[in-house]
Amino acid sequence: MNAPATAPAGPGSPAGPDGPDGRDVVLRARDVRVEYDGERPTRAVRGVSFELRRGEVLGIAGESGCGKSTLAYAVTRMLKAPARMTGGSLSFRTREGEELDLLALDEEGLRTFRWSRLSLVFQSAMNALNPVTTVGRQFADVFRAHRPDMGPEERDRRARELLEMVGIDADRVRSHPHELSGGMRQRVVIAMALALEPDVVIMDEPTTALDVVVQREILDEVERLRAELGFSVVFITHDLGLLLEISDRLAVMYAGEVVEYAPAEQLAGGAAHPYTQGLLRSFPDLAGERRELRGIPGSPPDLRGDLAGCAFADRCEHAFEPCRTTAPRLLDLGRAAGPWSAACHLHDPAHRPPAGAPARPGAPAPSDVPAPSDVPAPSGTPVPAGTPEPAPAAPGGGPTTEGRQP
Amino acid sequence: MTALDVRDLTVAYPQAHGRPFRAVERLSFSLRAGRTLALVGESGSGKSSVLKALSRLVRPAEGSILLDGREGVRGREYRRAVQMVFQDPFASLNPSHTVDHHLRRPLLATGRARRGAEADEAVAALLRQVNLTPAADVARKRPHELSGGQRQRVAIARALAPEPAVLLADEPVSMLDVSIRLEILNLLDRLKRERDLALLYVTHDLATARHFSSEIMVMYRGEVVERGPSDEVILDPRHPYTRLLAAAAPRTGASREEVREARRVRLESRARRDAERREVVVGEGCRFRPRCPFAMDSCARRPPEVQVAPPPDGDGGTGHRALCWLYADPAAAAGALPAAGPAAAVPPHRAAP
Repeated sequence: MNAPATAPAGPGSPAGPDGPDGRDVVLRARDVRVEYDGERPTRAVRGVSFELRRGEVLGIAGESGCGKSTLAYAVTRMLKAPARMTGGSLSFRTREGEELDLLALDEEGLRTFRWSRLSLVFQSAMNALNPVTTVGRQFADVFRAHRPDMGPEERDRRARELLEMVGIDADRVRSHPHELSGGMRQRVVIAMALALEPDVVIMDEPTTALDVVVQREILDEVERLRAELGFSVVFITHDLGLLLEISDRLAVMYAGEVVEYAPAEQLAGGAAHPYTQGLLRSFPDLAGERRELRGIPGSPPDLRGDLAGCAFADRCEHAFEPCRTTAPRLLDLGRAAGPWSAACHLHDPAHRPPAGAPARPGAPAPSDVPAPSDVPAPSGTPVPAGTPEPAPAAPGGGPTTEGRQP
Repeated sequence: MTALDVRDLTVAYPQAHGRPFRAVERLSFSLRAGRTLALVGESGSGKSSVLKALSRLVRPAEGSILLDGREGVRGREYRRAVQMVFQDPFASLNPSHTVDHHLRRPLLATGRARRGAEADEAVAALLRQVNLTPAADVARKRPHELSGGQRQRVAIARALAPEPAVLLADEPVSMLDVSIRLEILNLLDRLKRERDLALLYVTHDLATARHFSSEIMVMYRGEVVERGPSDEVILDPRHPYTRLLAAAAPRTGASREEVREARRVRLESRARRDAERREVVVGEGCRFRPRCPFAMDSCARRPPEVQVAPPPDGDGGTGHRALCWLYADPAAAAGALPAAGPAAAVPPHRAAP
């Protein structure tokens, strides 16, 4: 698909709306912030930006509490009190090239937008079906609400077609959810999410409750349908191993922020952020060498209030002085594999100790670094521009970039 | 040394109509001190029923469970020797009691410590063993003040309080965050070594099963279809079900082409099966038959347990075995075994001893 780049390049996105491979951006989130109100509000999502291109799978990985599900709710404008979006912008480009500002949509606009443009497969999708009515009637409900001019026969025909599409016998339209196995229910939910041919499907841990074999079948199915129908997927899970396999690009979240964006295929071999490296280490490889296995010691920080410095510093084995005082920003690593950025001082020329790997000659000061093309610099990051002191004295035993390769 | 011997264990649940449902069928295995045995299978395979029988929550329909070589050990003594760590640390601790209470109760109830200073010291020692420090601070807390990983440590400490010989761990990390799973598994591994515990690790995760156990049993619909030393079972799986499981695990090292090829093979082999056929009752024959890509005529009869590799010298284990006709009858298998996708097909000449 060669959609012309009609929209002007947004500020902070010098590469324009089109990715290097020419696929246009269907969903763009900029500097999204979400708080849960309370005595001390929990800042669950802290300035997350991402771009989803048409037809691609964007994986979002992270531990529980890192804000990944909250982000999904924010993007679909489904946050309910006490959660509220405190900043950021969300724009969506339809197949027809129309640019939608999701934050400007009213209730009615949202109702037509959701499901037909963007649909969600929930974490507990197995329980998302109504137990007291048949699968067919639940499909019919969707069509009645969103496609009012569809007749009863057409609704039935389409429901059967959708079930067959996900590998379920069409006669199952007459079944109640309890008559289906967990995997079949999950397929039904995916078929429902695809019922109105959305541009984007957000899947929040869609296979976590399923067995490995069934999980694998569902993932294969999603992949086949995506190739056929051309929708984009935001796939959210804690299972990094799975994401490496199914996604095109990956965002790793920690404490409400994206700490690394990378092409999924290369990430396993070259993770730049210590947290990503730790997550990768947390999954023993099935057929790999037997080795000493360790996870990531410690636990994520309290998200109420501000975090001084890097949120991961306390759990990081490479932490050095600036990590305690200065919040790192996502910086483009300038790797050949594609847009690849990490929020880590180890990769920041301004902080990198001279003893370490040679900094890129003539690297601009961080405040002048242009935002990586796929990651527009959040306009209101907690880091005041120019905060990092130029060329700080290198700590004696400063970290080196060795040991980065797992 | 064998700590717990399970012989021909059958667990059956009554059904409203017809015969009892046999969730576990003639299962035999031994747990040995200082060793971990992993029990792997999908939900509905009977893993939990095995655990329920071992923890005496259900009475087996047939078979016997021997503790230290003795049958019919009294309940009190049995429960002291066989302890359990549950899957969900959010549900297995009482929210209204402190950590101290959770640990003190079993210490006193099993007579491992006397009330007062001795129990105080024992509680602190348990907390230190599971790396919950400073022990005095943690002991005062209630479950909601702890993270999932900390809670699971408390649950492990509680299971250790009666100084058991056998520890049954039911999916002990599946509810925890990925980054702390390995810490908990390493903790269990260390405690097993230090206390010479016989550990049964029940999981659906093949990778951790391989890395944290010396032997693996793969269960399917109430039967163990393959068992053996963990590296052999995972790296050289013989039973078609184990191969299916191994093929379903994500491969971090694979390239895009390998991933795509594996996916293509899976989709193809699935197209050959009718999705609904898996629900079919199979009667006497192999229970995996409806899903098996290699199913043949003999599979309508109960498959034999075939020794595919002898136990290593001096190991005392049962060696690598598979419950499958493919290895009982190499001649018949030769025609049925095509090149089988991601897990390489087993050459028939290697199949039977």
